[in-house]
Amino acid sequence: MSARYGLALLAILALSACSEPSQDLSANRGDSKPEYTGTGSNFVAPGWTQGDKASWTREMKVRTQRGQNEYNKIN
Amino acid sequence: MARMKFVCDAERCIECNSCVTACKNEHEIPWGVNRRRVVTLNDGVPGEKSISVACMHCSDAPCMAVCPVNCFYRTEEGVVLHNKDTCIGCGYCSYACPFGAPQFPSEGAFGVRGKMDKCTFCAGGPEEHGSAAEFEKYGRNRLAEGKLPACAEMCSTKALLAGDGDVVADIFRTRVVQRGKGAEVWGWGTAYGSQQAGQPPAQAQPATDTKGKS
Repeated sequence: MSARYGLALLAILALSACSEPSQDLSANRGDSKPEYTGTGSNFVAPGWTQGDKASWTREMKVRTQRGQNEYNKIN
Repeated sequence: MARMKFVCDAERCIECNSCVTACKNEHEIPWGVNRRRVVTLNDGVPGEKSISVACMHCSDAPCMAVCPVNCFYRTEEGVVLHNKDTCIGCGYCSYACPFGAPQFPSEGAFGVRGKMDKCTFCAGGPEEHGSAAEFEKYGRNRLAEGKLPACAEMCSTKALLAGDGDVVADIFRTRVVQRGKGAEVWGWGTAYGSQQAGQPPAQAQPATDTKGKS
């Protein structure tokens, strides 16, 4: 009887290593943080505050207008 | 919140490939992989048109729909990214993509097809922003640095516009009004679902129900 319990305990211990990573299809969702959180480094573009969503959004729009809209430069 | 989009102005693109070079340099893209490339129609014929093509980060991305391991995800800013730790390199996304964006590097001694690589809108990946692991797998995360994609910022004629959809559409609209032509935005309708974009005014037709017609 004790040999049977011992065998069962051995089997449980042996099989405990046979685990699988999660195969949930939505495993990737929400992994990355929003871009406005920044990199935490000092080597970023000036004009906005890391972690401030409103300032990042505003900086993106200002940068697009300044860098890509040449009508702002010639008019 | 900003919805990031690309616009390529075919009236301005001069096929200089600076966008391709900027992308490869910024992200240290290996040989054989081109996240962005310039396509020229009627090359050598007067009136030829060139456009710079990469992942357009579609509103309803077909790659996301067909991926068997669901490695794609969309960020809060509307950028379509993927997780290389999940990707199995099956190539379904390359068949589904209307822009030919997914790229597959050859790896190892026998050139085995590696995990998919594509334009990230310079937004990195699921790794920590600005980390070495993110740079190695996905390239630089310029959005988290408060910058815009290198390809658009390096474009010599400003043919390639990248940024918040409202802003780039406004810039493009101003150009079209000023020059009086060239309102066709190639790929815009396919990527973002607009019914009239990409069609010349004379050919623009209202959407009709084609069910039951052969």
